[in-house]
Amino acid sequence: MSVATAASPALAARRHSHSLARQRRWALRGSYAALGVFVVMFLAPPFYMLVTSLKTSAEISEQRTSPWLVAHPTLRNFLDLIANDHYRMFFFNSVKVTVCVVAVSMVISVLGAFALARMRFFGSSVLATGIFLTYLIPDSLLFIPFFRIVGSLGLINNAWVLLLIYPTLAVPFCTWIMIGYFASIPKELDEAALIDGASWLQILWRVFIPVAMPGIIAATIFAFTVSWGQFIYPLAYLYSADQMVLTVGIVSDLIRGDVFEWGKIMAGSLMAAAPPVVIYAFLMDYYIAGLTAGATKG
Amino acid sequence: MRRWLHRRSTVAFLMCLPLILLIGGLVVYPALYAIWLSLLNKRMTHFVGLSNFAFLLRRSTFHLVIFQSCLFAISAVIAKALIGFILAHLMHAIPSGRQRIWRGLLLIPWVVPLALSTLGWWWLFDPSYSAFNWLLARVGIGPVPWLGATGWARFSMILVNTWYGAPFFMIMYLAALKSVPEQLFEAAAIDGAGAWGKLRYVTLPMMRNIISITVLFSLIVTFADFTIVRILTNGGPRDTTHIFATYAFEVGIASGDVPLGASVSLFMLPILAIASFLILRGVTRRDREMAAA
Repeated sequence: MSVATAASPALAARRHSHSLARQRRWALRGSYAALGVFVVMFLAPPFYMLVTSLKTSAEISEQRTSPWLVAHPTLRNFLDLIANDHYRMFFFNSVKVTVCVVAVSMVISVLGAFALARMRFFGSSVLATGIFLTYLIPDSLLFIPFFRIVGSLGLINNAWVLLLIYPTLAVPFCTWIMIGYFASIPKELDEAALIDGASWLQILWRVFIPVAMPGIIAATIFAFTVSWGQFIYPLAYLYSADQMVLTVGIVSDLIRGDVFEWGKIMAGSLMAAAPPVVIYAFLMDYYIAGLTAGATKG
Repeated sequence: MRRWLHRRSTVAFLMCLPLILLIGGLVVYPALYAIWLSLLNKRMTHFVGLSNFAFLLRRSTFHLVIFQSCLFAISAVIAKALIGFILAHLMHAIPSGRQRIWRGLLLIPWVVPLALSTLGWWWLFDPSYSAFNWLLARVGIGPVPWLGATGWARFSMILVNTWYGAPFFMIMYLAALKSVPEQLFEAAAIDGAGAWGKLRYVTLPMMRNIISITVLFSLIVTFADFTIVRILTNGGPRDTTHIFATYAFEVGIASGDVPLGASVSLFMLPILAIASFLILRGVTRRDREMAAA
């Protein structure tokens, strides 16, 4: 640098700011490099799942080449699974249960959140706190009493039992998010609607739901992810292939004794993971809003 | 009658009714029912008091379960909190236009359903085809028994849980970091604070509430974890890696001793109650601060 050799005060100052900028640039590069390392570590398992799913069984058991690369990619595993009656059944059951659970959960939590956020009544604040607390009761505590309850209802090994149980996972958090969103809507809005003679249901439907749409999308995504990925309940209550959902079906169907069809297990897992990942890819901001809403709102 | 139906509190109550029924019938009732079940004998014919709990506390397998649950939850939460904190700071250091893509990539472990990504980990840990061992063999390290030896199996579970949960911490901390006013950092810089001083006197105090809520919340979820252990080891080798949830499943569902299984899972209750109490306190305190501001 020829400028750096000149020694006047102005130039020295510029050199100083120059080196500061350089320092910042290096700090920025360091951040990028560190983030890159984390991305590689975080994405290695899904990447390896993808690589394995593209291999034939022969190539998987081949131990001379790198397991991280695929020499002869094939879609056989995916096509076989799509043609497989059981796998299609798992997928259908997952979709069926998830769609119903999301619909039921959203109706319950939007109605409840609206009443709790806007129409104060006897015990409403206690109820709001109680709902938050029930969110903290985990599924691994409730699955044993549910086992008895489900048994006495005669719903063991029936996929519809999940429609009864899954809302307990989704509703508390969805209600909690929606209370936060509804509470942030200015009071003037519903007062004006009330003066115009609107009923409470009309206010909810015409004013609150449109205004709180981002919150509703975030809550819906949460309800969807929770019911799509739930594992312990279907594992405990469903045992025949025609009733199983994806999270438990893949393992039970593709492992026969000591034979692990890893290519298919990975392909099946990737296809099962696709719906939440696609939703996430398109609605990332809502997804993140829902994630942080639990602690920053309400 | 019509007027009563149109009263505000009646309408509100009716709107809440499905919610109350759901919470009461499908959360509170089963939770209480679990306590009742835990007080019965194996065939659920008569009341035996606390003898299920006493029985468990005398068994060395169960001592291991308690130890393993605490080890798993505490080390995983610490690892997640640290990695999440580092990631949030790295993200905060790059221009906000670029954050989107990095955040998108780093959040993927959290988005993929855990039951499915754990299958991928299981395959990565496979005793004869482990792709990790292949990489380690390149640098001359012998095969690691990822799930075959107790110590390594514990490490592997914590690793998978950390991988899964760290992105959540990153998102929470990043949201908190963004809410710290830039002037505070400038003021600290003028007062001569370096990077450490800013962290110690500005960032941490400003984020304290969100850090504690996130840590406590994650502690509950990690303590109650089932999926990772069930898929990776199912408690093996020789029942040394069970945690409360998987052991409760093993005892209550697989072996059919429902009351004993209920007792196992109820051992989670004290830690859950303490963590929930602290979370609730943190949330209400923050609300009050926000209302005062």
